[in-house]
Amino acid sequence: MSKPIKQIHLAAHFPGVNNTTVWSDPAAGSHIDFSSFVHFARTAERARFDFLFLAEGLRLREQGGKIYDLDVVGRPDTFTVLAALAAVTDRLGLTGTISSTFNEPYEVARQFASLDHLSGGRAAWNVVTSWDAFTGENFRRGGFLPEEERYSRAKEFLATTIELLESWQGDEILADRATGTFLGDARAGAFVHRGQHFDIQGRFNVPRSPQGRPVIFQAGDSEEGREFAAAGADAVFSRYATLTEGQAFYADVKNRLATYGRGHEDLLILPAATFVLGDTDAEAAELAHEVRRSQVSGATAVKQLEWVWNRDLSSYDPDGPLPDVDPLPGENTVARGRAQVRMYRDPRTTVRQWRELAAANNWSIRDLVIHTGNRQTFVGSPDTVAATIDDFVQADVSDGFILVPHLTPGGLDGFADRVVPLLQERGVFRTEYEGTTLRDHLGLTRPDTPRAVRADPPAQWRPVTARQDADPVPTDH
Amino acid sequence: MSSTPASRLHLAVALDGTGWHPASWREPVARPQDLFTAAYWADLAAEAERGLIDFVTFEDGLGPQSSHPFDPDDRTDQVRGRLDAVLTASRIAPLTRHIGLVPTVVVTHTEPFHHSKAVATLDHISSGRAGVRVQVTARPNEAAHFGRRTVPRIDGYDSPGAQDMLADLFDEAADYVDVVRRLWDSWEDDAEIRDAATGRFVDRDKLHHIGFEGRHFSVKGPSVTPRPPQGQPVVSALAHATIPYRLVARRADIGYVTPHDTDHARAIVTEIRGEQQEAGRATEPLHLFGDLVVFLDDDPATARARRDRLDTLAGYPYIPDAPVFTGTPHELADLLQELNSTGLSGFRLRPAVLGHDLPRITQGLVPELQRRGAFRRTYEASTLRGLLGLERPVSRYAAAATA
Repeated sequence: MSKPIKQIHLAAHFPGVNNTTVWSDPAAGSHIDFSSFVHFARTAERARFDFLFLAEGLRLREQGGKIYDLDVVGRPDTFTVLAALAAVTDRLGLTGTISSTFNEPYEVARQFASLDHLSGGRAAWNVVTSWDAFTGENFRRGGFLPEEERYSRAKEFLATTIELLESWQGDEILADRATGTFLGDARAGAFVHRGQHFDIQGRFNVPRSPQGRPVIFQAGDSEEGREFAAAGADAVFSRYATLTEGQAFYADVKNRLATYGRGHEDLLILPAATFVLGDTDAEAAELAHEVRRSQVSGATAVKQLEWVWNRDLSSYDPDGPLPDVDPLPGENTVARGRAQVRMYRDPRTTVRQWRELAAANNWSIRDLVIHTGNRQTFVGSPDTVAATIDDFVQADVSDGFILVPHLTPGGLDGFADRVVPLLQERGVFRTEYEGTTLRDHLGLTRPDTPRAVRADPPAQWRPVTARQDADPVPTDH
Repeated sequence: MSSTPASRLHLAVALDGTGWHPASWREPVARPQDLFTAAYWADLAAEAERGLIDFVTFEDGLGPQSSHPFDPDDRTDQVRGRLDAVLTASRIAPLTRHIGLVPTVVVTHTEPFHHSKAVATLDHISSGRAGVRVQVTARPNEAAHFGRRTVPRIDGYDSPGAQDMLADLFDEAADYVDVVRRLWDSWEDDAEIRDAATGRFVDRDKLHHIGFEGRHFSVKGPSVTPRPPQGQPVVSALAHATIPYRLVARRADIGYVTPHDTDHARAIVTEIRGEQQEAGRATEPLHLFGDLVVFLDDDPATARARRDRLDTLAGYPYIPDAPVFTGTPHELADLLQELNSTGLSGFRLRPAVLGHDLPRITQGLVPELQRRGAFRRTYEASTLRGLLGLERPVSRYAAAATA
């Protein structure tokens, strides 16, 4: 009973390249025009959200050897959009998903430090690593590393980037006209990193940014990823937004914090969550089903079965029974640039279970995909949704949610107008921003780096794992 | 009241730190403490836009600024450190409406795929006002920031070894620009169809792999970002000698050159036009802009005295790669019109002290050129290509499909 009431953290994920996004709705706007981003960001800021979140994809997905054309295709550059959004918002945090695989630490550090300066301390980095040589075909480095090395490179990438971000202490710029001293330290930004994947040295050229360093998000789900998050990340972008799964993940990760001398509140757990609002719970449930049908067209359903069957199923009728052929064993080759195909570790078992389900319920291919795909996380009237979110956070499912609307750019409007005021009435969500930086919103302290340790980064930055999918939205299983 | 109408000039302003003179930050008008804030750059862009300037450029580099051409220095008496140019330009884009935004991108250690979508995105955000200035780096210390290759240290540009290395870096730059441009074209304009009947969001026949394979990188494509509003954002490069002139002739929409007099300007224009012919681009528009560092005051003696005073503060005479002009806006207008007659269609002015010389460009030089009928009185187009008189090109892949 003495447990204090938790304040909820909320973020807005710009709807993107995924079949959760319903582009066929008459209200659906551009995913590229800056006006869509402005609308979405200003809605989130009006609702006093902690931050906006952008995913990333570095190659257009292909299926059956052709560019996948059923979902939204195309997106702008993450950094460039976030920098522009800093001009049209004042307080909203700006979180970008950036791959550690197809970048170099010096450049990523420059970009995040610059974004933090240009936004007055609102930048955050969701660190991911890409897994496929397919995406690597767009880059100098290519996709030639074996999987274990990709992870170890990712760990070292983040550690190195943080060394660069902390290579300026923050007190070097004097700009003293009288003495002609611009820099108080001739070695400002000096760094040496000698590692397995990066052997670099020199001077970093962006002074210390307002937050000390950007907020670091970790999206990994593996044992290694959880351990890293506990060791040093500021927040986890998780996929577990249901009661029992969420509580298990939350307890598991938070219980690891003490090992690293960190407190319960030093790491936030923020799962992705979808929602559908109606005037009544019944209306919302009906709307939710309609949204699912919009998300899963017949053509989409057949394509999603191909992720499991790993073969061309285009001759099957989506309104007919499940394919009678067996899935092809081995590495998935039908869908490329799509991380979730790797989640079906045992396609034969999945197929057997699905056949049983379809037979028992008399489901067509499309029915099956609609019913087995993830339902929306929160469905109901504004009262119901506000109460559920509050209950979940107080029950330690999470510290808040990263909401993924299904419509661009207006999909957040109803939540801002109808749910947020109820959360505010409950006293669990801010009515005004109390600070100016994202660290302020998230209740995170600014990292200190005394000069004595500058050449020797904290040990907790060495283990790191990042989630492989840059777009981990629930409906993709 | 001249009887033949004056030729219209294009004007760009090069933004860098507190200005191009190394002691500029010490002037009372300078704002060195604000260099790492968005408001500083927004104010500069707003002033340039008030002057109807075609575009501003943003300098950048993959290491701290240095007074030495190939090595870092440990100076503490000059501005060191800068923000990423593309992100600075993007931060400014929503705050401006007409002016072109041209950040520098260093092409030697970076990814063409990333920078293609970044500039395309800047073009989407600014509704067609993006450009890019490509730059190579031959600095060994900057190569060491990436650790991907070693760059041999050269002492100057003239030895055969240095020439070979530079030729290689500029060939890579040419490939880089080729990839960036192909990626911009890799989505045809009408690729997004949102066809509810068939459930197709895009017409994938209008998305193209570019399949580029070169000596330094291979890029499959297509871009992840749809074709930018201008189709092809404006590509520019600074060039002082034959090897970079060749890059300008082969790949750019604008080349910035640094002639020290009109004869030199004529020679440069002739050489680049020759290279352009050689590259098979003779019919394509290519602007050549003169680059000048400017000290502007109401009388010439004041401008010269200001330059001397800043040189004294710096401890050495500032001798940049571009010619230095000291004088009045009226005299500068004379010089620009004279150089214009050699075939330079515009100028990129580098204010010696931004806080002082930028307002004298916008409030002194611009009205003077307007009086002479040599500069616009209002922004006449909504895109940077439009301001520069460049048409919007059809995607090369669309053109190939209909050919």
